[in-house]
Amino acid sequence: MSQAHVIDPAEPAIPSVYHGKLAMWLFLCSEVMFFSGLLGAYITLRTGDPVRFDAGHDSLHNHVQLAAFNTVLLISSSLTMALAVLRGQQKRTGQQRMFLLLTAAMGTLFLVLKMFEYKHHLSINETPSTSIFFSFYYTLTALHGFHILCGVIPIMGLWWYAKDKDVSHETEMVGLYWHFVDLVWIFLFPLLYLI
Amino acid sequence: MSDAAAPLAPQTHAEEHHEHPPVPYLAIALTLFVMTGVTIGVSFVDLGKAGNVVLAMFIAAFKASLVLLFFMHLKYEKKVMALIALIPYILAAILLFALFPDVLYGQLTHS
Repeated sequence: MSQAHVIDPAEPAIPSVYHGKLAMWLFLCSEVMFFSGLLGAYITLRTGDPVRFDAGHDSLHNHVQLAAFNTVLLISSSLTMALAVLRGQQKRTGQQRMFLLLTAAMGTLFLVLKMFEYKHHLSINETPSTSIFFSFYYTLTALHGFHILCGVIPIMGLWWYAKDKDVSHETEMVGLYWHFVDLVWIFLFPLLYLI
Repeated sequence: MSDAAAPLAPQTHAEEHHEHPPVPYLAIALTLFVMTGVTIGVSFVDLGKAGNVVLAMFIAAFKASLVLLFFMHLKYEKKVMALIALIPYILAAILLFALFPDVLYGQLTHS
């Protein structure tokens, strides 16, 4: 097979997997280790000294509604992202763009609600220095929120470029990232709010 | 899919990622919603600390695998791709198990 020396991200790296997709999966591999390091520290410290965590955790568990709604938002946005990828592959650009916009909107709403949650906790003097639980709470949720922000921006970019370009591969790559951010929240939500 | 409609897709791999059957996205999303409700519900039931933790993590792992398999299409990818994608989860599990001595030591010294 004659191949150009410049790697085209859209070409397959291994059969049926183009370079861009493989690269995104490898990036997500590093992200898994990034979050498992943080979660490992959380689990170790919490089991080592549960009492220090209990008060903070109870405060979150009693206000679980907002976080539950945020969970529903993220799952819904994962659904619309998956549909955006599907419509992109089917070359149905109009629907692809609509689903991209919906995904970005739900991601943004997630961040806005998170801000209100932070505001509530700060207003009752639950700051990162209140307890080790809140230290973890702010670190984990802020890093996750940053990932959401880093997803919303390219999704809006895709919405813009899909107008007159085929961005189905790019949509699939960003889609993988977006589902991963949802996946992280699936673990953060019970670890911080429920147990 | 037709090659002409996909300028980004290389001609030699026309099958690309379109060979898989329709993914039941709505059913998966509904299952995820229901499992979210379940995990919130059981968190208010006292099953003992360990019981609550194990159940919540079991549900989270189930939800995560649905996302990986269906939303991220791992169920429909080539095996080697799925292997690459799943290796860090194995490593993460090893990392968490490697922390167990610390966890136990912490509990022993604290009690």
